[in-house]
Amino acid sequence: MNYIPHSDADRAEMLRSIGISSGNITELFKGIPEELRSSSFDLPLGKSEFEVEKYIKSLSRKNTVELINFVGGGFYDHYIPAAIDAIVSRSEFYTAYTPYQSEASQGTLQAIYEYQSSICRLTDMEVSNASLYDGGTALFEAAMMAIRETGRGKIIMDGGVNPIYRKMMYSYTTNLSIEFVETPVSHGQSDRREIKKYLDDKTAAVILQNPNFFGAIDDHSDISRECHALGALVIESVYPISLGVLKSPGEMEIDIAVGEGQSLGIPLSFGGPYLGFMASRKKFVRKMPGRIVGLTRDARSRKGFVLTLQTREQHIRREKATSNICSNEALCALRALIYMSLIGKDGLKKVAELCMAKCEYAKERLEKIKGVEVKRSSPTFNEFIIKLPKDPNVIIEKLIKKKIAAGFPLGRYYKDMADYMLISVTEKRTKQEIDLLSEELENALWN
Amino acid sequence: MELIFEKSRPGRTGIVFPEKDVPVTCVPDDKYKRKTPAELPSISEPEVVRHFTRLSKLNFSVDANFYPLGSCTMKYNPKFTEKIAALEEFTSLHPLNPQLVSGSMLTQGALEIISNLEKALSTITGMDEFTTQPMAGAHGELAGVMLIAAYHRHKGNNKKYILIPDSGHGTNPASAAIAGYQVKTIPSNAKGVMDLESFKHALNDDAAGVMLTCPNTLGIFNPHIKEISDLTHKAGGLMYYDGANLNAILGKTRPGDLGFDIVHINLHKTFATPHGGGGPGSGPVGVKKELIPFLPVPRVTKRKDGTFHLDFEKALSIGYISPFYGNFGVMLKAYAYILLLGKNGLIAVSENAVLNANYLKYHLSKYYDIPYDKNCLHEFVLSAGRQAKKGVRAIDIAKGLIDYGIHPPTVYFPLIVKEAMMVEPTETESKETLDEFIEVMIELAKLAEEDPEIFKTFPKTTSVSRLDEVKAAKDMNIAA
Amino acid sequence: MVPQELKYTKEHEWVRVEGAEAVFGITDHAQDALGDITFIELPNKGSDIKKSDVLGTIESVKAASEIYAPLSGKISQVNESLTDKPETINFSPYTDGWICRVALADTAEQETLMSAAAYETYLKESHS
Repeated sequence: MNYIPHSDADRAEMLRSIGISSGNITELFKGIPEELRSSSFDLPLGKSEFEVEKYIKSLSRKNTVELINFVGGGFYDHYIPAAIDAIVSRSEFYTAYTPYQSEASQGTLQAIYEYQSSICRLTDMEVSNASLYDGGTALFEAAMMAIRETGRGKIIMDGGVNPIYRKMMYSYTTNLSIEFVETPVSHGQSDRREIKKYLDDKTAAVILQNPNFFGAIDDHSDISRECHALGALVIESVYPISLGVLKSPGEMEIDIAVGEGQSLGIPLSFGGPYLGFMASRKKFVRKMPGRIVGLTRDARSRKGFVLTLQTREQHIRREKATSNICSNEALCALRALIYMSLIGKDGLKKVAELCMAKCEYAKERLEKIKGVEVKRSSPTFNEFIIKLPKDPNVIIEKLIKKKIAAGFPLGRYYKDMADYMLISVTEKRTKQEIDLLSEELENALWN
Repeated sequence: MELIFEKSRPGRTGIVFPEKDVPVTCVPDDKYKRKTPAELPSISEPEVVRHFTRLSKLNFSVDANFYPLGSCTMKYNPKFTEKIAALEEFTSLHPLNPQLVSGSMLTQGALEIISNLEKALSTITGMDEFTTQPMAGAHGELAGVMLIAAYHRHKGNNKKYILIPDSGHGTNPASAAIAGYQVKTIPSNAKGVMDLESFKHALNDDAAGVMLTCPNTLGIFNPHIKEISDLTHKAGGLMYYDGANLNAILGKTRPGDLGFDIVHINLHKTFATPHGGGGPGSGPVGVKKELIPFLPVPRVTKRKDGTFHLDFEKALSIGYISPFYGNFGVMLKAYAYILLLGKNGLIAVSENAVLNANYLKYHLSKYYDIPYDKNCLHEFVLSAGRQAKKGVRAIDIAKGLIDYGIHPPTVYFPLIVKEAMMVEPTETESKETLDEFIEVMIELAKLAEEDPEIFKTFPKTTSVSRLDEVKAAKDMNIAA
Repeated sequence: MVPQELKYTKEHEWVRVEGAEAVFGITDHAQDALGDITFIELPNKGSDIKKSDVLGTIESVKAASEIYAPLSGKISQVNESLTDKPETINFSPYTDGWICRVALADTAEQETLMSAAAYETYLKESHS
């Protein structure tokens, strides 16, 4: 199946009409010299839907999915309401193009405007863009914004920021001359003394995360004030669901709030597509990368939406653009918008409270196990770390055999925390599942 | 249409959660607590569905409308690949699972798909290895330029410039700048391809590489491409291929055979994954073997026992440009598409795409200026120059097309053609659709002669007519 | 015809020299090329600038363009009214749309500028 409507007769007629009397379609490729033709094109022949489905399903069965999931690390197993898939599978949304021709794209444009508005309300920030690829890229773009805005070249990054994002930051900035300083966490939270040690008038920004990678929650208002006094910006990477109960970036006087929107109705999907969101104070909007949709009117005063501030973007400014981004994650942003609309003000609070309560229950059960130390040096949202008397990798493997993905071994990204594990609990985890985790963890350790 | 926030009413709800089943509560201390709740709408599910269903009807889309958008390859999005991508064995997979010890055994299906896709893309483009990490075409370009930088750094070369033709897509120079390079823009010649003499003049020891697409944005294949590659390599530079136009050459020639060292592909163009109103896309990058050591980590590798695992130990790698393995949900659709089409199907794609473009160009050439008139490949650029003399510009013709239910072609790109309209029909359009487009374009050309003023009122059949972009920029109302 | 008493640069800025001071702006050609101007990033009062430094940016819906300093000096005044009404540059580029006033570092530097006639010739040649 190649989805090409033409029959041989159609092709013959078309070729004739444009003066190719031979009827040979390959004549159209005369412009490609013979010596440059493919030396090979060794693919199997095309197959039917039935055959491909059978094959791919056989591959899908090689993935283990009936695991009770306690793995987080920035990407969470939350419930995705059925209405989201129903709406985004409307072809008017998913087969639409980037809304450059606004009259033909008011559906997409209004949805993006509503998404931008929802992100602002979620984070208590003033402006938002239409999305970036993922939370890690959003963090990099925020750092670039801060550098552009302040004209300074130093960034302080808290060690509690997702280690995957920190790796991405270093990779992205390899060819730019930016000085990075990393500060450790202290009792789970941001180490103010260390940050203050490096904070100066050469600092473009301090990058924080709340909750941080260890699940610890914090109030970073004091760090914001310190930064602003020296003309530096504060960037915070946040977990959207946590904003149902936790102090918002706006309340903490953060300048640029970014994060991963996967928890807002987007499946885990083995790494993507995801959703990078970015919101900031209005005064930085011209330095903000990505598309932005604005409200305006037509000649008959009807309200309508358009892509605006496009002069920052690559298709106009080229090498002086604020970023190179073109395609973003529009359909994922639509998913997040629908999720935020369904869940609403009260629902967001409820799901966050459920996460916190179940997480607390898990902590209480696990700390009763001999040899298990649940770190309580700081309060947490829905993730916490435990220290084990045996190698977490071995324990995790044993638990996988019991169909439980118990958590993530911190030694993978933090060399000096090799006996720790990160456990995440969402509203999907039942009391029975948490009890099972506790029983099987105890078995794995001692039986 | 009302905003969703305007439909909010206190007490309404769109979701029900299970009752809390644990005997504890946990509330953060006041200093960590949010003072005022997030003002998300309180609204029921039926109202949410109605709101978005109504919004959807305000959109054009490939399923309903013809989109001859040059450089975008708006081909039909197969429904079968949507079905495949929705399989729970893929959507529910946590990306950290394979990073657990023995975790790769939990995700063999997904890893095999990534590996197979990388191999298929290598075969299609004539490259040696691929990475699926880049999450969009522009992201792939950035990765590509970062690979160029890593290569030169490793060799101890001190290169400053990337050479880009003036017909190049805006993401090219933008990506080069982020990778720390300056850009030298090379003019196109009268035949519409990068001018060889200007290129030779600009090429020196400072050139890190050249970013090209072939055929270029005018749909024209540069006959000197091999010479350009050879010259670039001799000067110690690398050749980067912007794969946006891959639909033109599938099975006929391959960037690897033309001397390119790095290519990026847009899965949401050539491999039919949906555009989604602006994403998600996927921009895998392929390289020749000299560049393999620099590819981002992790690499999916096959062990001797036939199982797949993630390899993070690559000392020269440029690191992570994606949190995991790329936009897997999009990659899955492209993989299914490649299996469905196979060798014969992909060859038919480029042949029919090129036929359709030439058919349109031939039948429109009497009514519109076609600056580069030789055979085009899968796209061509026409100019509304003739019509502009009457006061009807490319944007006006675009708005006229909308009233006929046809999405306009790309306008004002490439920059080297005045009143440019870049047309790419793709292979999934029937002869009837193409004939209708020709008829409409001819009618608009005639109308431009007879009544140019009327174009200012187009479009008039859509929910809004031309919107005030100046007001949008000045008011800057971007959040409610 | 451009105002004959002004001097010009290749980047389409104009200069009105008034003794030891000068006033800068962008020409009618520049405002026409940009289209409706929606925003201007003005330089800072009191800053020292050198000829060809980037003074600020002008944005319209379809383009964003840098403004380059035609001469060196210290900025003594900026046209604050452009913050609220950037479109003034479109309908009055040579008078109400002035951008900034500068105390010149070196009055001899004005020899490097084009006369009105030279600028008119330059415009004709670059658009043939």
